[in-house]
Amino acid sequence: MSEASLLIEAPPEGGQNRRGFVLHTLRHRPAAVIGATILVLVALGAILAQWIAPYPLHQQVGPVFAHPSWHHLLGLDDGGIDMVTLLMWGARVSLVVGFAATLVSMAIGGAVGVLAGYFGGWVDTVLMRITDYFLVLPDVPLMIVVAAIWGPSLFHIIIVIGILLWTSTARVIRAQVKSVRERVYVKRARALGAGHTRIVFTHVLPQVAPLLIANTVLTVAVAIFDETALSFLGLGDPSTTSLGKVIENAFQRAAISAGAWWAIVWPGVLVTLIILGCSLVGGALEDALNPRLRVAHLGARTFRLRPLVGRGQDAL
Amino acid sequence: MRGTDYVLKRIAFAIVTIFVAVSLNFVLFRLAPGTAVTNLARVPHATPALRNALKKQFGLDKSKSEQYVIYLEQLVHGNLGVSFENEQPVSKNLRIAVINTLPMVTIGTLFSILIGTLTGVIAAWRRGTPTEAATVSSALGFYAMPTQWLGLMLIIAFAGVLPTGGMTNEFLLDPGFWQHLRDLASHILLPALTLGLTLYGEYTLIVRSAMLETLGEDYILTARAKGLRPWTIVRKHALRNAMLPITTLVALSLGYIVAGAILIEIVFSWPGVGRAVYLAVQERDYPMLQGAFLLLTISVVICNLIADLLYFKLDPRITE
Repeated sequence: MSEASLLIEAPPEGGQNRRGFVLHTLRHRPAAVIGATILVLVALGAILAQWIAPYPLHQQVGPVFAHPSWHHLLGLDDGGIDMVTLLMWGARVSLVVGFAATLVSMAIGGAVGVLAGYFGGWVDTVLMRITDYFLVLPDVPLMIVVAAIWGPSLFHIIIVIGILLWTSTARVIRAQVKSVRERVYVKRARALGAGHTRIVFTHVLPQVAPLLIANTVLTVAVAIFDETALSFLGLGDPSTTSLGKVIENAFQRAAISAGAWWAIVWPGVLVTLIILGCSLVGGALEDALNPRLRVAHLGARTFRLRPLVGRGQDAL
Repeated sequence: MRGTDYVLKRIAFAIVTIFVAVSLNFVLFRLAPGTAVTNLARVPHATPALRNALKKQFGLDKSKSEQYVIYLEQLVHGNLGVSFENEQPVSKNLRIAVINTLPMVTIGTLFSILIGTLTGVIAAWRRGTPTEAATVSSALGFYAMPTQWLGLMLIIAFAGVLPTGGMTNEFLLDPGFWQHLRDLASHILLPALTLGLTLYGEYTLIVRSAMLETLGEDYILTARAKGLRPWTIVRKHALRNAMLPITTLVALSLGYIVAGAILIEIVFSWPGVGRAVYLAVQERDYPMLQGAFLLLTISVVICNLIADLLYFKLDPRITE
C-alpha cells in the first residue's frame, strides 16, 4: 500500500476545540439532526422501558396475535405480549449489544491502530498484515461458526461481533495517528523527554478521539445489524428479547401466514430507524472530521470495507 | 515489470489469505472443546465401518499437529468429511447447494449494480435538486433495512402473486423445458429482488460520490466546452472514469452479499449454501458447517483477487 497519500496533512479545523466541533457539526447538518433525534428518542424509550412501558414484559395481556387496538396500539405478538412493550425492551437489548460489541471492537481496533501508527516499522507491518487478512475474510460466516461452537448467550454474541468488527477502526486510526505523530508539538514533547505512554495519551489520543467517536457510531449500526442476523439464525440468547429475536420469533411462529403483520413489521422498522440514525450521525461526523477520506459520506458499510484511500488513490 | 510484480503480489496475498482461512477452520473446529465438534467421525446413527473409515481418513487417533497435516491433505483431495445429517460427503452436498445459490445471487447482484449505478448517476447529475434528495434518502433507507426483514416484507406484499418459498413448484409434474424455466424464474424473482434491494443503496452512494468527483475534473469542462450533450458527457466521460472505484467497492462488498444470501435463503427456503449453513447450525452438523464456511470464505477471497486484477486492468497506473 502506498502510504504517501495517507500522510497528507490537514490543518486542524480553524484551531477551534474539537469537542465544540463535534457539537457544531451535529447542529449544522440536517441529516445529523434527524439521525440524532431518532437515536435519542429510541434510546429514551429503551432506557425508560421499565417505567413507561404500558405492560409488563413477560405477561400475556390478550389473545395471541390480537389486532392493534386502543389498548394495544401495535397489537400483540404470538405469546399475547403487547408489541409496544416488547419493542421498548427489545431496543434496549439491541442497543446494549450494539454498544458493548462496539466497545470491544474500539478497544481492539484503537489499540492496533495506535500501536501500528505510532511505532511504525515492523510493528506496523505485522499488525497491518493481520488486519488485511481479517478484512478480506467475510465476517458473518465467521461469526456464525464461532457463535455455533460457543453456544448461544448474549455475552458470546457481544464478543463474537466485537472481535470481528475492529479492522476498519484500526485502519482509520492508524492513518490518523501516523499524521499526528509527525506534528511539531509531538516532536517537541518527545524532545522534552516525554515517554511513549504520555505522548500517546495526552497528545495523540485526544486528536484521534473525534474520529474514533464517528467510527463508533457507524460500528454500532453494523453491530446491531449483525445481531439481528445471528438471532435470525437461531444463535441469539434464548432468554433475552432483542429486536432481532422479535423478528425471528415472528418468523418462526408464522406471523405472516397468521396475517399478523404488526408482529413483524414494527420490529424491523425500529431496527431500520436505529441503523439509519447511526449512519446519518456517524456519516456526518466523519464527513466533517476526516479530511483525507473523501469517500467518507458513503455510510457504514462502505466505510467498513477497505477505504479507497490506501489502494490506488491516484484513480480517485 | 512493475505490473507483473503487482499481479504476483496480489496472487500471493490471496494464497496466504486462503491458507489463513483454512488454518482458522482447523483451529475453530478441531481445537475447540467438545468431542461432537472436534470429532468428525461422530456421525449419529452411522455404522461402525463408516466411523472407522472416517477415523482413519482424518487420523483422529493421532496428535493434533499430525491431524493438521492430514486435514490439509484431505482438503486438497476435496474430502471435507461426511455430513452428520444425511451421511453424504460434505463436498457433494455443497456442490448441489452452490449450483442452486449461484443464479439467485448473480441475478440479485447484477440487479443491485444496475439500480445502484443508475440512481447514483442520476443523484450526482441532479445534485442539489429534490431528485437527488429522493434517490439518496431511499438508498439510505434500503441500506438500513435488515435483509431478512425486507425479504419478509416482500413476502407480505407479494403473497399470492408470486411464489414465496422454494426453488420450483413440486406439484408441476413432468414440465417441459420452457415451463420449468418459467417456474424457476418466478421463484427466483423475490429472493433476487431482496438481495438487489438490500445491496443497491450502498452502490448508489458510492457511484454518486465517485461521479461527483469526476464531474469536477477538467476534462469534463473541456467536454462541455466542446459542446457535447450532457448525457454523452455523463456516459462517455464521467461514468467511464467513475467505474474504477465502483469496481473495487462492488468486489469488496462480497462479504455482504454472502451474509445477505444466507439470510435470504432462510426466508425463502432456497436450497443453497446459505440455507445449508442455517440447517447445519440448527442440527449441529459441524462437518457441513465447516465445509460451508470454507467454501464461502475461499470464494470471497478469490473474488477479491479477481477484483484486484480487474482494477489493475482498468487502471494500469497502480503498481502499489
